[in-house]
Amino acid sequence: MKIRIFLIAFFIVAGAGIAYAHDHGEKIEWLYKKWPFSGIFGTVDRQAAQRGYQVYKEVCSTCHAMKYRSFRNLSEIGFSEDEIKTIAAGYQVKDGPDDSGQMFDRPGKSSDKFPSPFANEKAARAANGGAYPPDLSLIIKARENGPNYVYSLLQGFTEKPTDMTMGTGMNYNKYFPGHQIAMPKPLSDGQISYSDGTVATTEQMSSDVVIFLQWAAEPEMERRKKMGLKVLLFLAVTGVFFYLAKKRIWKKVD
Amino acid sequence: MKEHKIQKPGIIGWIDYRLPIFTFADSFLNKYPTPKNLSYLWSMGSIAGIMLVLQIITGVFLAMHYTPHVDYAFDSVENIMRDVNYGWLLRYMHAVGASMFFVVVYIHIARGLYYGSYKGPRELLWQIGVVIFLTMMATAFMGYVLPWGQMSFWGATVITNLFSAFPVVGKYIVTWLWGGFSVDNPTLNRFFSLHYLLPFLIVAFVMLHLIALHEHGSNNPTGVEVKTKKDTIPFHPYYTIKDMFGFIVFFLIYFYMVFFSPNSLGDPDNYIVANPLVTPAHIVPEWYFLPFYAILRGIPNKLAGVCCMFGSILILFFLPWLDKAKTKSGTYRPYFKWFCLLFILDTIALGYLGAQEPQGIYVILSRLCTLYYFGYFLAILPLLSRFETPLPAPNSISEDYAKKHCQ
Repeated sequence: MKIRIFLIAFFIVAGAGIAYAHDHGEKIEWLYKKWPFSGIFGTVDRQAAQRGYQVYKEVCSTCHAMKYRSFRNLSEIGFSEDEIKTIAAGYQVKDGPDDSGQMFDRPGKSSDKFPSPFANEKAARAANGGAYPPDLSLIIKARENGPNYVYSLLQGFTEKPTDMTMGTGMNYNKYFPGHQIAMPKPLSDGQISYSDGTVATTEQMSSDVVIFLQWAAEPEMERRKKMGLKVLLFLAVTGVFFYLAKKRIWKKVD
Repeated sequence: MKEHKIQKPGIIGWIDYRLPIFTFADSFLNKYPTPKNLSYLWSMGSIAGIMLVLQIITGVFLAMHYTPHVDYAFDSVENIMRDVNYGWLLRYMHAVGASMFFVVVYIHIARGLYYGSYKGPRELLWQIGVVIFLTMMATAFMGYVLPWGQMSFWGATVITNLFSAFPVVGKYIVTWLWGGFSVDNPTLNRFFSLHYLLPFLIVAFVMLHLIALHEHGSNNPTGVEVKTKKDTIPFHPYYTIKDMFGFIVFFLIYFYMVFFSPNSLGDPDNYIVANPLVTPAHIVPEWYFLPFYAILRGIPNKLAGVCCMFGSILILFFLPWLDKAKTKSGTYRPYFKWFCLLFILDTIALGYLGAQEPQGIYVILSRLCTLYYFGYFLAILPLLSRFETPLPAPNSISEDYAKKHCQ
């Protein structure tokens, strides 16, 4: 009993100390959203993910690669086989060498990876004022609280405070650590026209592209969560049986 | 003089007469007389055993798809996650499994500390346990380097650089460990090789751990040794069923993490491919190394810090002789109980501090906690046994059991 009181007191004091310590650092308050993919029943909102793909394709992909995704993977967010073939065929892909040893361009196939906008990191840096636009395949997993971070960042391009001096080619972003980011403001209201008629506000596009990027980072998410529910249910039921069996067997011990 | 053995009938009898594996299994898993008052804290040992097996199985399959090369390692892990059938399941089970393995082993160690399981005649059992713990740490550290993310690379750089603190030979040791002049492809290759080797060494140490365990049997919450046959029950069915229930409860937590929160124990930076030119803002080891990392950073001198960090684990080897008290269980030691509990909380606090930036109040707290960590072993335990009057322990395990269960 005393031990319990001691433990509870310890954790209350420690908790208060931690809370106090954390209040004293400069912290950026991100925008938060309830995401359809979060939680144990979370799923990929196909409609939003397809819109997100459109944002990625028309805006992000001019600078950012996504090398771990192939066109064929788009079927997972509800694109049909024909749609995927059309999308893929819209790209020129470098292939080869052919029989004469030459590299050649051909229209994309569904099995191709998403083509990268730059040949290599040096080319990407040269075209972006020295900054390297990161590959987006894993961006959601590669940042603390990824979904809300990206969601905030995309909406964080505001006027800089008057007393702030910016580096050359840098842009102000109120959610980026240090507030200076090389990426220029990528999204503005009405910038793209969604094929499903949704109004393309900055908030809407940011949200859609996060849903798409979350799928790109964790394509197994739906299958994983579905399997997880079955596994936990199985374990819970088995656990009850083992508990009853244990009670019964241990009755004999005196 | 060897006892004359009689061959039992049947194939099993024939084999057992020549190679007594069935007798062995029978005495280890079936008849093994176990104190009847063990709590669920005593399930941690077998859960740790299960985790070792699961880590080896998932690891063997991961190795079939993994490429230990700086240019391909990260890509091959993403290939496992995306295109290998159930590759994500294998990898998440392995990564979360490593963390859960440590959770279980830490509880196992804490249980040993509180109930005095390190005391005679179990000193070697305890020391083999410390060897297993050290080997596990080496294995986990090298495993974390394999995905070749930013934290892999920088973690490996920081930890291997610790050896440079040793005077004269330090930098040669580091070059030798790296197989070059920085953490690079040779480092990754040898880490992969050793990461595959060490778990099998752990299996061997676990065998020794079990042989030592079965010589004098498990300790128990009273710390009173088995006196009569009535104090014990056969391992099967009593502890097999109890451990099965323990496994299920553990698996519920483990698989919840695997399926619903697989990355919460990892660092997001490790999903960025290793880049020797970009240092992450905070280089933090995995959570299970944090207490030792806090000790390292709390001490202003690098060599002293490194020595204290290694010393904080090596000191466990001497624990059986630092604590001279005859009473084993903390339950019957009115002062030890609190000091021991505080030691466990102190280690948790060090873990928290190890994750914070090394400045201001955190450094001071780290030093205080480090002081208590070593003070517990070097001052409190040796002195306590002289001044403490233990409470009367029960006469026997069965007496204690009867008092608790048959009222």
